[in-house]
Amino acid sequence: MYEGAIQDLIDELGRLPGVGPKSAQRIAFHILSADPTDVKRLAVALQRVKEQVRFCTTCFNVAEAEQCRICRDPRRHDDVLCVVEEPKDVVAVERTGEFRGRYHVLGGAINPLEGIGPDHLKIRELMARLADGSVKELILATDPNTEGEATATYLALLVKPMGLAVTRLASGLPVGGDLEYADEITLGRAFEGRRAI
Amino acid sequence: MYVRRLELVDFRSYPRCVVEFEPGCSVLVGPNGVGKTNLVEALGYVSTLDSHRVATDAPLVRAGATSAVIRSEIVHEHRSLSVELAIEPGKANRARLGGSPVRRARDVLGALRMVLFAPEDLALVRGDPAERRNYLDHLLVARQPRYAGVRADYERVLKQRNALLRTAYLARKTGAGTRDLSTLDVWDVHLASHGAELLAARLELCAALGPHIAKAYDAVAAGRGRAGIAYRSRVPIEPADRESLSAALSAALVESRPSEVERGMTLVGPHRDDLLLTLGELPAKGYASHGESWSMALALRLAAYELLRTEGIEPVLALDDVFAELDAGRRERLAELVGSAGQLLITCAVAEDVPAALRGARYEVSEGEVHRA
Ligand SMILES: Nc1ncnc2c1ncn2[C@@H]1O[C@H](COP(=O)(O)OP(=O)(O)O)[C@@H](O)[C@H]1O
Ligand SMILES: [Mg+2]
Ligand SMILES: [Zn+2]
Repeated sequence: MYEGAIQDLIDELGRLPGVGPKSAQRIAFHILSADPTDVKRLAVALQRVKEQVRFCTTCFNVAEAEQCRICRDPRRHDDVLCVVEEPKDVVAVERTGEFRGRYHVLGGAINPLEGIGPDHLKIRELMARLADGSVKELILATDPNTEGEATATYLALLVKPMGLAVTRLASGLPVGGDLEYADEITLGRAFEGRRAI
Repeated sequence: MYVRRLELVDFRSYPRCVVEFEPGCSVLVGPNGVGKTNLVEALGYVSTLDSHRVATDAPLVRAGATSAVIRSEIVHEHRSLSVELAIEPGKANRARLGGSPVRRARDVLGALRMVLFAPEDLALVRGDPAERRNYLDHLLVARQPRYAGVRADYERVLKQRNALLRTAYLARKTGAGTRDLSTLDVWDVHLASHGAELLAARLELCAALGPHIAKAYDAVAAGRGRAGIAYRSRVPIEPADRESLSAALSAALVESRPSEVERGMTLVGPHRDDLLLTLGELPAKGYASHGESWSMALALRLAAYELLRTEGIEPVLALDDVFAELDAGRRERLAELVGSAGQLLITCAVAEDVPAALRGARYEVSEGEVHRA
């Protein structure tokens, strides 16, 4: 334990994702010995990100205005909505160039171990967007892990009475790799989940 | 499949040691406490990335050293593959396969397939149900690696579901009001589907194992009563297809929900099941003598070995401290059962305890050293 300010900084850094106590200490002492103008620039960047970056009031993607770039784009289709966990997932789907509809960012996934239930996610807002019936297909693109699957199931059950098409991304072997390099668990499960063509 | 070479550096009691093996029988002889089990433990570690004796890695590193290395050379279908593991407690293991580093240590799983019987296996009979569930699940993974993923998924869903039940339970207990359990239905869906996949596989495995267990027990036990196994679950396990099991699990979850909410945990599912071991009409646990329990444990391992062998996987078989426990007749019968193994590693304190049919290459083990006799 150090005294005062330096320990405060270590504690704050240690709260960041992926930063353990050792790294936090190293970063803190790096900052302590760094040039004051560099440190000021970092401090300003930290402050600005909170002041200027907001969340789109429609889809909850990151935005620099009331609405994000995608929600403002008149060329996007209004009848398909892709539900993702985080803004970085929007970026990932956009990179595919496959999707021309709109997004809804939940802000996470249902995760009781971390105390996150449906009320902590933008689910009420999603239901409000679906209410007028203009969305015909809902794509559930939450992560293909336990929490993402549970969230997808939850949403699928919730929107079932609305009668719109609900789809889930296919998961399986990574594309671009050779079959022989897939590990046996992944390949084994892909085999089990094979489909007719 | 056989192990051609084993090299240890700072593993357990060995500063450095190299042992060259051949296919067929190898007998490791030496007085108690000299380091025989340490050798098979090292090979077991290569096979499963786990010790059969300890849950943490620290005891595997020689006292005074900071890391241990296990190098092995495995021959399979006339090809030789080197597997190297560096164990440093508190850090992730580093591994090399065929000389090249691999991204995750678990990429070496499957390179050496081994069935090990050791005195600790008595816990299979006398220990908690978890011991027997692990026995089944490890064997499932050895046959079809994808079950490692199925089991991990099931356990993750279970953990989340338990967390949900637990917070609701605590909120109620501390008077902090009721908690939202609306997502419980969702977790039920996933628990039932992953659970059914695991359950179906375990049931199929039990059916395949049954005859092998009876046969092996008959050979190694003093001969009274037939050994049997039966899968025990609170969920109806007939019919045993995945769809029916999923429906049965769902129904069981609905039924037990009030008591689950009351107690704050998941009370049905494959994580609560057990494998009932029987000798004649009686359960082995609580009824069998020490000798019968030990024979039952040995039969479970021998059955696993036989099953893998009939399915075209020829694992290495290691029998640690087995022959001293058997009389002459049973030694002979065991020799008949395992004599044709591709590779059989035997440890014993007295070489004469091992039947002549199994006396292949002999190795003298002394404090920190192994010499071919
Ligand atoms: N980490 C370690 N460092 C040094 N010696 C160890 C370590 N772990 C176990 N040993 C020693 O190894 C011996 C036990 O070896 P073991 O293979 O179980 O004997 P046995 O020949 O009876 O099977 C004991 O003498 C024990 O002190
Ligand atoms: Mg021993
Ligand atoms: Zn938007």
